[in-house]
Amino acid sequence: MIWLVILGMTAVTYLPRALPFLAGDGLKLPAWLRRWFRYFPYAALGALIFPSILSADPHKPWIGAGAGLFAALLSLATGNLTVIVAATIGFTLLLQRML
Amino acid sequence: MSPGENSTGVDPGGTVPAGTNPCGTGPLAGTGPLAGTGPQQGFSAGLPIALGYLPIAVTFGILARQAGLSSLEAAGMSVFVFAGASQFIALKLLASGISILQIVLTTFIINFRHFLLSASLSQRLRSRRRHALLLAFGITDETFVVASMREPLNEPVLMGLILTAYLAWVGGTLAGSLLAGLIPLTLVKGMSTALYALFIALLVPAVRGKPLAGLTALLSALAGWALSRLFPGLSSGWIIVIATLAASTTGIFSPDQEKTA
Repeated sequence: MIWLVILGMTAVTYLPRALPFLAGDGLKLPAWLRRWFRYFPYAALGALIFPSILSADPHKPWIGAGAGLFAALLSLATGNLTVIVAATIGFTLLLQRML
Repeated sequence: MSPGENSTGVDPGGTVPAGTNPCGTGPLAGTGPLAGTGPQQGFSAGLPIALGYLPIAVTFGILARQAGLSSLEAAGMSVFVFAGASQFIALKLLASGISILQIVLTTFIINFRHFLLSASLSQRLRSRRRHALLLAFGITDETFVVASMREPLNEPVLMGLILTAYLAWVGGTLAGSLLAGLIPLTLVKGMSTALYALFIALLVPAVRGKPLAGLTALLSALAGWALSRLFPGLSSGWIIVIATLAASTTGIFSPDQEKTA
């Protein structure tokens, strides 16, 4: 039963991931469409961050907000993503401990 | 491949003007430590994702055991599906006793957004079909955004990046499911902001000096928020799809960045 669920989930998850690579092979998209595609990452980041960051802690929205602000400030100082992520984890634990 | 682009490894907020990549480079180029072309660079690029995935994967492992899955089944789901949100939702649905078909359909709806991500990446990556189909398995929100920031992006880097994230996801699931009783959930919960930190750390340097990119992210965030308010029943997957598609139309008005592709 569970394995059947896993099999089905695997199929429907993999297909959308693979299709563009199958179709995109040798496919030359018009320039405006490619410019559109190239802005997906910015837009995706925006939608991934907000508003769900406010529910990082389901009961305290300002924990997510505070951690986000901390990460933003830190990323002005360093470009090392691992450092930023690790420090933000620490900061979040601290916030939760304090408040 | 021009490795000279950013080999100094300076911090992206510093000397590299993110807004000045007029030719060829991806929209998110010029982010110092993200540059490089080998699998090792992929590994270090994947490290922050791994860090973000671990606590979530451990949580998934714990919840999977609570939902009645064996460790093998929990790990199996992470091994084959490799898509966080849908796996958590599947646990909820399994517990609610709805049909397999409904679970699979829900998974499809949640994960269809990967189509967009793959469509975007496939335009930048020249890869043999066989390799591309392997890489496609590893496309998640996180691997996509990190990979998108890289210039140049090639197969070994993407492979290393995906493998790092994947191992953390599977390993974390296994650890969580095996040690379900031993790991305090409070500690794991404290790590819930990790992926947001990653997203923000990717976004900030990428939009500096690039107002259109910043505007795009802002519009998308607002659209996502509005959609979640207006249509509370809409799944987060679709919200991301619609917000991303709509907001990124700003890119059509961006200066042309041909040459590669």
